[in-house]
Amino acid sequence: MKRITVKLFAYFRDNRFKLEEREISEETTVGDIVDALGIDRQEVGVLMVNSRHTEFVYRPAAGDVLAIFPVVGGG
Amino acid sequence: MADKIFRVNMTNLTSTIEEVPPAWAGYGGRGLTSTIVSAEVEPTCHPLGPKNKLVIAPGLLSGTVAANSGRLSIGAKSPLTGTIKEANSGGTAAQLLARAGVKALIIEGQPKGDTWYSLAVTPEGVTVNEETELIGKGNFAVVDALTKRTGGKQGLITIGPAGEMKMGGANISIKDPDGGLRSSGRGGLGAVLGSKKIKFIAIDPKDGKVAIADPEKFREANKVFAKALVDHPVSQALGQYGTNVLVNIINESGGLPTQNFSKGQFAGHEAISGETMHDTILARGGRIKHNCHPGCVIQCSQVFNDAAGNKLTSGFEYESIWAMGADCCVDNLDHIAQADKLMDDIGVDTIETSVAFGVAMEAGVLAFGDGAGVCRILQEDIAKGTPLGRIIGNGAGSVGRAFGITRVPVVKNQAIPAYDPRAIKGIGITYATSTQGADHTMGYTIATNILGVGGKLDPLTKEGQVELSRNLQIATAAIDSTGMCLFIAFAALDNATCLPALIDLINAKYGLSLTGDDVVNLGKYILRTERAFNTAAGFTSADDRLPEFFYLEPLPPHNVVFDFTGKEIDTFWNF
Ligand code: SF4
Repeated sequence: MKRITVKLFAYFRDNRFKLEEREISEETTVGDIVDALGIDRQEVGVLMVNSRHTEFVYRPAAGDVLAIFPVVGGG
Repeated sequence: MADKIFRVNMTNLTSTIEEVPPAWAGYGGRGLTSTIVSAEVEPTCHPLGPKNKLVIAPGLLSGTVAANSGRLSIGAKSPLTGTIKEANSGGTAAQLLARAGVKALIIEGQPKGDTWYSLAVTPEGVTVNEETELIGKGNFAVVDALTKRTGGKQGLITIGPAGEMKMGGANISIKDPDGGLRSSGRGGLGAVLGSKKIKFIAIDPKDGKVAIADPEKFREANKVFAKALVDHPVSQALGQYGTNVLVNIINESGGLPTQNFSKGQFAGHEAISGETMHDTILARGGRIKHNCHPGCVIQCSQVFNDAAGNKLTSGFEYESIWAMGADCCVDNLDHIAQADKLMDDIGVDTIETSVAFGVAMEAGVLAFGDGAGVCRILQEDIAKGTPLGRIIGNGAGSVGRAFGITRVPVVKNQAIPAYDPRAIKGIGITYATSTQGADHTMGYTIATNILGVGGKLDPLTKEGQVELSRNLQIATAAIDSTGMCLFIAFAALDNATCLPALIDLINAKYGLSLTGDDVVNLGKYILRTERAFNTAAGFTSADDRLPEFFYLEPLPPHNVVFDFTGKEIDTFWNF
């Protein structure tokens, strides 16, 4: 098991959280974490680990900070 | 009603209505302002002298019912940058000018004495009137007084005290449907209107309507177009959180310029974020959604109330909140909203002025984080035109020169907006090569570098960034000519029905048969025309560079510098 931090943004926070520490197994991918949160992968716009973009298949390492954003824009 | 060119000569206070020269007929918005400025303004002229001209043009589709088509272009030679300029804004003026039959309003010459004037535009022409009552007044007082004088329906274009004092950061304000203000913010165009001694322009289209060549086809195309906009998830997020939804994501990426561009993340980001703003608006009874002109289906604007539930400001944008917030380290949304309202009232660009405050903080004029101090200086110095007020009111470059600061985030003397080019390299290419000084809206690579819209391109690598910026700058120049809000681009980048529907709208209105290639060629023509003006004004590729500190000072958290060579940047123009 390893500890990571998960951050959620915009409406993904509704009925969930802003920031939470989680224990995950060696095998867990970003996609697994998104699924476990009940977030539809289709609605995910941007994923970042430690401030770099990442993909659903990435396996977070201990101490990683994972940020999950819906599709957003502005300017 | 056939569109005409309305021309006002402020030297002898006369006006004429002219036929549209055939060479200008196909243009609107930015395409038209840049064509006219290039054709009629001496590139080496003083921007505040009698030879500069201010050109105001609705977009090709403004005044029709096409969704999001009510944007206005204002062009001139910029007193801030010395380049050609087009500033784009919402409000009702574009739609009302189009309905009055105005393809472009050209304001030229300069009166000799100290008398101030206003212009009244109707389908019959423009009258020049002396103005005394409203001189020296803030924009909100002007809106209130004119609403009483003429009823609330007229369009209104106005300048605040900063424009009267010809400050380089002065903007031009456009009244929105609810008496709020939208801004043609960048490049100091308010100073150009002030140099012509014009305080405001009132627009009354009477019963004028915009002609549509093929109404049936137009209706069909608009259905498809509006659906593409409404369906796109970015449009929905913009409606819910406004553009300020970006604070947290840009912060997370490490590209949120903080403490006068010395860091890429702001500890107080959560307090100024779109999420917090959304909850605050709900709790205080403001409005989450608001449109800057009738017909906008995205509604990124909002009304932000103070703690007592009274309206504090509207159109509270990411750029303004970042600039006054992270860049000045102010983590109090109420201070930022107060400053935003003051800047709108005084009539200064929120980006230029807030970035100027960041440089002033670095110089020790006031402390980083002193939001109350910002509001005080705005009221006591900038609004009154004290020497300090004029130094800050003339923009970030002016403050840097006055105080001997080297970390001055400007390109062609225009303040760099809310994305650090070291951590988001594509936008650095846009800042460097834009024909108008640093401006994110000229080629918004953030879509692809950060947001994953229109593809994905790693913000920290150099690969592909020049091409990305080029393609976006070409497309943007074309969109800026249609009267469309730039936020249609998110849908246009992702949804294959959106852009063809937009072209169908133009074709149906004018009875044309333009194709996608024509639109790309229009974009290229605009960029080349603008660049030719700048070259004739004395600009070279040496001006297409970022300030030195971006190459020397690594930006935390990624600890990266901007590392494009001049040669690499210059390949932008290979098209
Ligand atoms: S999306 Fe925002 S900027 Fe664009 S037209 Fe609507 S309110 Fe105006």
